[in-house]
Amino acid sequence: MKIVVCIKQVPATSDAKIDPETKRIVREGVKAVLNPFDTYAVEEAVQLRARFGGEVIALTMGPERAAIALKECISVGADRGVLHADRAIAGSDTWATSYVLSQAILAIGGVDLVLCGKQAIDGDTAQVGPGIAAHLGWLQATYVMKVDDATATGLRVRRMHEDGYDVCDVDFPAVLTVVKDINVPRIPTLRGRLAAEKAEIPVWKPADIGCAPELIGLDGSPTRVVRTQPPPPRSGTTTVLDGSARDSARALVAELRRRSIL
Amino acid sequence: MQIRSESDKAGFRNVWVVAEVLSGKVQPVTHELLGAARPLADARGSEVWAVVLGSGVADGAPALAAYGADAVVVVDDARLAGFTDEVEARVLCRLIDEHRPEIVLCGATTRGRALIPRVAVMARAGLTADCTELGIDPENGDLLQTRPAFGGNILATIRCSSHRPQMSTVRPRVMKAPAPDPSRRARILRADVTPSDASLLKRVVEVFHDANAAFNLADAPIIVSGGRGMKGPDGFELLKRLAARVGGAVGASRAAVDAGWIPYTHQVGQTGQTVQTQVYVACAISGQIQHLVGMQSSDLIVAIDKNPDTPMMKMADIAVVGDVFEVVPALIDEIPKL
Repeated sequence: MKIVVCIKQVPATSDAKIDPETKRIVREGVKAVLNPFDTYAVEEAVQLRARFGGEVIALTMGPERAAIALKECISVGADRGVLHADRAIAGSDTWATSYVLSQAILAIGGVDLVLCGKQAIDGDTAQVGPGIAAHLGWLQATYVMKVDDATATGLRVRRMHEDGYDVCDVDFPAVLTVVKDINVPRIPTLRGRLAAEKAEIPVWKPADIGCAPELIGLDGSPTRVVRTQPPPPRSGTTTVLDGSARDSARALVAELRRRSIL
Repeated sequence: MQIRSESDKAGFRNVWVVAEVLSGKVQPVTHELLGAARPLADARGSEVWAVVLGSGVADGAPALAAYGADAVVVVDDARLAGFTDEVEARVLCRLIDEHRPEIVLCGATTRGRALIPRVAVMARAGLTADCTELGIDPENGDLLQTRPAFGGNILATIRCSSHRPQMSTVRPRVMKAPAPDPSRRARILRADVTPSDASLLKRVVEVFHDANAAFNLADAPIIVSGGRGMKGPDGFELLKRLAARVGGAVGASRAAVDAGWIPYTHQVGQTGQTVQTQVYVACAISGQIQHLVGMQSSDLIVAIDKNPDTPMMKMADIAVVGDVFEVVPALIDEIPKL
């Protein structure tokens, strides 16, 4: 089973700051981490390889330092990593990003299954996984919370929904996005860490794998960010209760009664 | 498709809402989106259309008029019974090709977020996820989409001037549903565009409805929610007691869910549920913006925290300065048993 895990290096959101002058996100000096949802995708891939053999390839698109995130995947069992980095892909939105990743998956060749985290914690769009499936014309299953059954030719998976879940059969080749309920990611072993340290990460460029230049980067992206601003404060005033716990509780209950809530 | 000229752009008209229908019932998010679509259509001098896909969905179509649909496109086909997103995406693309909507809105639900990105790629359209505000640029008629970005620390406004349709998803309960007007009528357009090989694709073999799933959270009149400051699963036991006393549900911040103190289905915020409840009681939740965007449209926000200076305490209507482990038991004590 040949599995590609698409991952993203993201800023640790708690560290995200806005430059008051430029109103842009300060990326310099901000800690970058492997997108938490992607750790579940890597783990699921490694578990499937343990049952069926094959290969797990971590793939990402981003700046050169994203190689660190790929090495993190290798430390927990991925066989190798591929980094897609080039000035030409800067500014890609989810349409262009999923296009570049789909072309890289085709260039890797012979892939049965693509796994992604359900979304990245910086963009929070959840659009790249289904976008990859659409570019490839492959089947997709999103918000996967459990792989119930697996064969060499397909999977039976549970998809999480707001009102429960459903079970569906997906034949390969397919793209899955996974939620955190699916597994418990392993901690890297010493051997894993050594493998990650030694691993060489090849850097691919869009031209090398036949990406159409008009479909990548800013030019290939249908959407444009026109402005950014801080979120507005909630209107209204705050009533502060700062007496003893007992007094505050009484005042709060009285207020909720006054509003006919209790 | 990519727009090369103004006349290309003029070929696209109307604001579409892709309906969310579960077990034959149109979901509230669809009504909310019809409400959001109306001012956009008015600004563009065009119509609001609803699109209903599924099996046995035709009966619910006329009722969408009451919420503002001028026309309803219905694709009612037994082969659309399970949620086969690949098939629904092809059906929607065929409809888009034929009718050329200028704007397509869809709920940012698990189903919407699976289906619409696929459609956007196939249609070479721009898509913006989880919009909190939609408007029309008076200068050129483009859709302006505002969404929290970079972990919600900023709001980004996004446009898509060179592609049509312009597509957006909106989370449930972010927009307010209009009051229904039962006297309104809509044109019903039946379409038979399900691809012939639909049954060869993904097979949905079973569907489980979970009455205890997240909808409970979204429907609760009062949500008692806890954050990192609840210190562990025992802290959430305390919140469950308060929630039970007021007939509410228990919510949680991402930090508490990530720590494993409470299941993911309770998570409120950008990557969890968006709630719009009567009373939201935030217990020791500092108020990361990702959490705030998931609950800030609640009617009344009460925050309880030792630290009076957190974003949550600043935003709350009522801020109780104190230790949650003292204030919450006192509250349980003060509220008469229902």
